Amino acid sequence: MQDTKYKIRNSRYEPLSLVFAALGGLVLLFIVAPLASMFVSCSVPELAETAKDNAVQSSIWLTLWTSMAATMLFAVAAIPFSYILARKDFPLKGLVTAIIDLPIVIPHSAAGIALLGIVSKNGILGEAASKMGFSFVGTPAGIMAAMAFVSIPYLINSARDGFLAVPVRLEKAALNLGASPLRVFLTVSAPLAWRSILSGSILMWARGMSEFGAVLIIAYHPMITPVLIYEHFGAFGLKHARPAAVLFIGVCLVFLAALRLLAGGKNNAQR
Amino acid sequence: MLSVREICKHLSPFAIKDVSFEVSEDQYFVLLGRTGVGKSVLLETIAGLIRPDAGRIFLDGKDITNEKMQKRKIALVFQNSTLFPHMTVYDNIAYPLRCRNGKTKIRQRVDELAEDFAVSHLLAAKTQTLSGGESQRVSLARAVASEPRCLLLDEPLSSLDTKSRSQMRALLRKIHGRGRMQIVHVTHDYTEAVSLATHVAVMEDGTITQAGSVEHIFQHPKSDFVARFVGIKNFFKGSLQEPSDQGTNTRCFTSGSLRFSVLTESSGGPGFVCVRSEDVTISNTANPTSARNNFEGTIVDVVPAGVGVEVIVDIGVEIAAMVTSESVKSLELGCGKKVWVSFKASAVKYVEE
Repeated sequence: MQDTKYKIRNSRYEPLSLVFAALGGLVLLFIVAPLASMFVSCSVPELAETAKDNAVQSSIWLTLWTSMAATMLFAVAAIPFSYILARKDFPLKGLVTAIIDLPIVIPHSAAGIALLGIVSKNGILGEAASKMGFSFVGTPAGIMAAMAFVSIPYLINSARDGFLAVPVRLEKAALNLGASPLRVFLTVSAPLAWRSILSGSILMWARGMSEFGAVLIIAYHPMITPVLIYEHFGAFGLKHARPAAVLFIGVCLVFLAALRLLAGGKNNAQR
Repeated sequence: MLSVREICKHLSPFAIKDVSFEVSEDQYFVLLGRTGVGKSVLLETIAGLIRPDAGRIFLDGKDITNEKMQKRKIALVFQNSTLFPHMTVYDNIAYPLRCRNGKTKIRQRVDELAEDFAVSHLLAAKTQTLSGGESQRVSLARAVASEPRCLLLDEPLSSLDTKSRSQMRALLRKIHGRGRMQIVHVTHDYTEAVSLATHVAVMEDGTITQAGSVEHIFQHPKSDFVARFVGIKNFFKGSLQEPSDQGTNTRCFTSGSLRFSVLTESSGGPGFVCVRSEDVTISNTANPTSARNNFEGTIVDVVPAGVGVEVIVDIGVEIAAMVTSESVKSLELGCGKKVWVSFKASAVKYVEE
């Protein structure tokens, strides 16, 4: 008798938890149901045929490499930038942080149009590019620019949070031991923030890969898969667009899972 | 020679003002003060992590006040571990070696240091798995690896258990014994000052209120604060007898011609004993009491001291007793009078050297 008084109630069966779980289930269903119905509506022969289609294959390949290259290229500048954001205070820092988040909130078609203004032949970047003998409009370079524009906030924000979690004391200790600031960054700060940098990169890459609006405006051709899916839908209807979409989602999931596994395998150095 | 001149730094909630002191080659300098008086801020200023508002710092005659911290040749061992968590013990110790140009003989030097600091068996370990004592030894090895002219230690013993503490003390003494670097050791624990320091400075409210040799500070505290803080006027150097196998913890401590009974579980060897003057009683006759330490002596001084009266008795060495003014009257204590002083064995604090 005495014992039951002190027994902790099993929180799993608390009414509130049950309500919350039910709500969560609805949200989950909302995400899973459309995807699942799309997957089951495609037959295997249909998928196989789409996979053999040269246009589909090259679009998937193009999407993968442009998004990856965009992430890597911009990471070179974005990672040091996020370190500054994490460590230094400077005037208008709030404004700078807000600017970084801008690409997340503006419509991507608008982002594409804005970007087109400077990368087209008459724009600043476009002019510079044509002097160097290449063009953004309708090329992989343009695709990369569009992808990076809309996805870079994810990398910067994640890397900044990672650097913020690195104790300043460790950096000070490294300086005190005779390391130069660059060395401290390369051997202490960056390795300790590595997981956040990596997961930010994956997020940026995934976001770039799924970009449609901005890319559509700058480079309809060569066709990345999201544009291809849209074209299939417009020209041939739902039934024809589905297999390409399923195939692309499948490829993305495989890559994403592999990268997550890779990133998760390495223990978080901060622990 | 490290010379700190009139350093000021206002860093809420700490403020240090006009701190000056000098540490020469052969000194083990202990900065003694309560927690929160700005001792750590002072160390970080000397190391270059914090820029002082005013004042100058000289090392071997060179003004290093504005020198970059990685060029200062001053190593700071922080109070909490700053070992790099993503590296092994080996890589931590090798870190300062790799920062310098010559990349040769790193392995050899790390091995030497590891052996010196008794961490050889841990070289492959991740730093998170280390105990407090181990981690502190690795930190120290890493700091010494950077070959500093001056070693700053921020409460190096405070987070350690008794055993690691005495091991660490022995290590610090060894480093100091080699005489290659000046040591500035910050602590709030006077026993560390007694057992390690050659020179002590007492810090109070952001300034140094008294500095000098250990004996000088402890026996002639300049202010009430110093007296209350260090609190020990009676301290004697000598050696403790090894534990006997009779199962008693009361042991004999010899200091010159005097023999004290001490209640301790420490192993024997050279060290100090401290007795607070409040624990020393005075009587006119040799009454049998439970106190194990009874000495006959002559009063050499009677000094009013704040709340009570301090009576200094010569029992071969001078020993201070804090008594009430009523006792002084009723016992008719005065200079030249023969009295008995006594204190319990448990009132004697032994600090190993």
